[in-house]
Amino acid sequence: MKSQRRGQLGEIWHRLKKNKFAVAGLVVVILVLLVTIFAPLLAPYSYDKQDLTKPFLKSTKEHLLGTDKFGRDTLSRLIWGSRNSMAMGLGCVALSSVLGITIGSIAGYFGGQVDNVIMRIMDTLTCIPMLLMCVVIAAILGPSVRNAIIAIGISTMPNSARLIRANILKVRNLEYVEAARAIDAKNYYIILKHIIPNAISPSIVAITMNIGNSILSGATLSFIGLGAQPPLAEWGCMLAEGRNFMRDHMELVLYPGLAIMITVLAFNVLGDGLRDALDPRLRN
Amino acid sequence: MIRYVIKRILWIIPMVLFVTLLVFLLLELTPGDPARQLLGNFATEEAVAELREKMGLNQPVLVRYVKYIAGVLQGDLGISYFTKAPVLKDIMVRFPYTLLLVVISMTIAIIIGIPIGVYAATHQYSWKDNMSIVMALFCVSMPNFWFALILVQIFATKLGWFPTLGIETWKGWVLPAISVSIGYSATLARQTRSSMLEEIRQDFVVTARAKGQTERKVIYGHALKNSLLPIIVIVGSVFGVSLGGAVIAETIFGIPGLGSYTLSALTSRDYPAVLGSVLFIAVMFSVIMLLVDLVLAFVDPRIKSQYSYVRKRKKRVPVIEKPTEAYKEA
Amino acid sequence: MGKQNLLEIKDLVVEYQTDDAIIHAVNGVDLVVKEGETLGLVGETGAGKTTIARTILRILPKPQGIVRQGGIFFEGAELLSLHEKAMRKLRGNKIAMVFQDPMTALNPIERVGDQIAEAILLHNNMTKGEAIKRAQEMLEMVGIPGMRYVEYPHQFSGGMKQRVVIAMALACNPKLLLADEPTTALDVTIQAQVLRLINDLKEKVKASVLLITHDLGVVANTCQSVAVIYAGEIVEYGTAEQVFLNPSHPYTQGLFDSIPKLNSTEPRLKPIPGLMPDPTNLPVGCKFAERCRYAIEECKQQIPPNVELEPGHQVKCLLAGSRGEK
Repeated sequence: MKSQRRGQLGEIWHRLKKNKFAVAGLVVVILVLLVTIFAPLLAPYSYDKQDLTKPFLKSTKEHLLGTDKFGRDTLSRLIWGSRNSMAMGLGCVALSSVLGITIGSIAGYFGGQVDNVIMRIMDTLTCIPMLLMCVVIAAILGPSVRNAIIAIGISTMPNSARLIRANILKVRNLEYVEAARAIDAKNYYIILKHIIPNAISPSIVAITMNIGNSILSGATLSFIGLGAQPPLAEWGCMLAEGRNFMRDHMELVLYPGLAIMITVLAFNVLGDGLRDALDPRLRN
Repeated sequence: MIRYVIKRILWIIPMVLFVTLLVFLLLELTPGDPARQLLGNFATEEAVAELREKMGLNQPVLVRYVKYIAGVLQGDLGISYFTKAPVLKDIMVRFPYTLLLVVISMTIAIIIGIPIGVYAATHQYSWKDNMSIVMALFCVSMPNFWFALILVQIFATKLGWFPTLGIETWKGWVLPAISVSIGYSATLARQTRSSMLEEIRQDFVVTARAKGQTERKVIYGHALKNSLLPIIVIVGSVFGVSLGGAVIAETIFGIPGLGSYTLSALTSRDYPAVLGSVLFIAVMFSVIMLLVDLVLAFVDPRIKSQYSYVRKRKKRVPVIEKPTEAYKEA
Repeated sequence: MGKQNLLEIKDLVVEYQTDDAIIHAVNGVDLVVKEGETLGLVGETGAGKTTIARTILRILPKPQGIVRQGGIFFEGAELLSLHEKAMRKLRGNKIAMVFQDPMTALNPIERVGDQIAEAILLHNNMTKGEAIKRAQEMLEMVGIPGMRYVEYPHQFSGGMKQRVVIAMALACNPKLLLADEPTTALDVTIQAQVLRLINDLKEKVKASVLLITHDLGVVANTCQSVAVIYAGEIVEYGTAEQVFLNPSHPYTQGLFDSIPKLNSTEPRLKPIPGLMPDPTNLPVGCKFAERCRYAIEECKQQIPPNVELEPGHQVKCLLAGSRGEK
């Protein structure tokens, strides 16, 4: 029987492969990551190299996607911009996941009063809409990419915490944990072998989706001036700058937006596919 | 039932206190002297000192915090550096615009999103279902400010159907509402779909079919009603999030709402205004979540009976005269 | 015999189509339920019992469940080719089903009485008030005070939920009751009560019952006829006495042998070695051959014929009646 020969990871990979969208998403994600890493090699120009004699060019041989107001090459800015945008996406998720999983695990594992207090604080944090949280942090610390990451990370943390806590609570009481205790397995063994592998898979899906959302949030913040500041190349920032010339040079707005959308879509599609692959009940 | 309501309302208090603490501390941390900000750069030192004394800025932190809370409870959220008017007054002038935008957008989102979700769930595995998933993902992945700009470019600038800016006529609301609602429609559609899919698989749906019920009643009467419960929660939280998210639409379309107020207050370093708005919105949001929880408790009989200690008064069901042959209970 | 056949299943083949493979759930089943009798359908999990019941009512999961061939005859009509509208008239009305898991079979946000009344209103021309009254009568009939009409499923225990399900199934006086492991999810003490309830009500409304179970004890108590199902095929069929006193198919014998006996001096249990074959990859020939200690070469090559050992007692085995030891 086919399914018996593969291990559990192999089974998941097989299911993922069947979903063509998810595979496409994975490919795009890898491509974007490659662009981010190899930006210096790929971009024909530096992101802030100006050439005031050639503003607002449409596509030419030297400037495949044209130039902006200051004669900066759009393609290069997009490539360099991927670094900032991905930094925001990955940074926010890293921050919120690490914080969230730690806090959520503590709450879930110890339960009782500790759990109560922690979750109340999380609930309070949730009541402050993310954008506002970012506004506040930007107000205090000043607008920058790093501060945007902190803001977004903190405001999305309660979700990670809640998710991992709910799953830990669910898994803690399942019968096979009791079965493990019945054969006198040590606590840390139980946690490592049973609780974490089963509690983590919704979080993996959530993390993938979160990367997409964080990129969006980061771009939004930059757009309204609270994140990346000019002359940094960041997709949201480029959109803000291009907005002023939208009437006659729509492409300045179109390209960065497309970049954002394609990247975020790829992450979301991948996340969706991962979720279906990790929990096949939802499909069949 | 009443106990639950009271319990939930009381629950808000520590939450609000925490937010006020946060806001207050942030106010403390912001650079600048409030008195000087109010009087301007050309005021004399004595005038500033006098104002500081009058405002009680020299008192210890704890006292000022208590006074701040007292002030909040009376509706005093501070004085805007910019307009020199009470922040709450400024907020109340602008809040209705935001509220209107959010309500319109949420209505659109519900009208579009939920039916699409139901349709996708009932036609699972068909190309219609896959299409709607993909489209929903598209809408959710798109930066909504980008979408707004594109809408403006196409429908306002090029076609001239709607104004690019401002809300003098009802036409001015169309594009902003669409741009805000697109993301939420997609989210609602996806949530409705997955909620429905889960309910359709449930045993009681098979039971309903086995009773001879029509497929339509099975889906809409049984499955949908059950799947609406988590959707109510989603609608509530999305509503709250839109309060903050309307910021983008307001900025792009020039709507004088709370979002653009907060943003411009930020850029002009008007800290009391910024933090007053934050407090206001946070309280609004928790009130909304409270309402959602209460609605849920009323609608879901499982939650209802968890909190009522008295058996419900039986509705007028006709009592039969003669009990037929009864079997001993367990 | 004199009793008419209420339900006849002929040569039924049902498959489930999944992404990976085809699951052959039912592979050529012939069954008969006579008027006024209880037929016990016995088999392990995965043998195809529930699939048969769902096929009778045509509530297989779409699009996975496919009926490849076969006929189901009920009251002169062939059910598989019936128009959906006509089928709906039968469901809950002439043919009703009691499900295995009472915890999830009821709609959690509807009142219990309303769910019974729904079945009544679907098939009878009554007013709402009359339906409510009848629903209350049904509740009383299964031993639940009629007042509890207004309560919700979560306010009932498992056993009582199952009674509600039974009340719902019998509300329209069905001719045929399909009971899919109605007691599996219940405590042993409640099991006895629910079985007795089904039996008594069956007498009362003059219904026939297709009782699906994996528990031979249940069969012994309640069934007049028995059919043993293995890997989607009926391997033995007969009256309860015939099958219990003279189990002829090696699988049936194995089932009886594996029951632990209180007064036995055996030191070990006697399970049937091996596992049921993979439904996506069924063997050619007799599907029990792998695990059968009497199997010969021909068993693995051809599908065994249906042999009639005595009137009314059939066995699907190549070596039926000619095996030496017992």
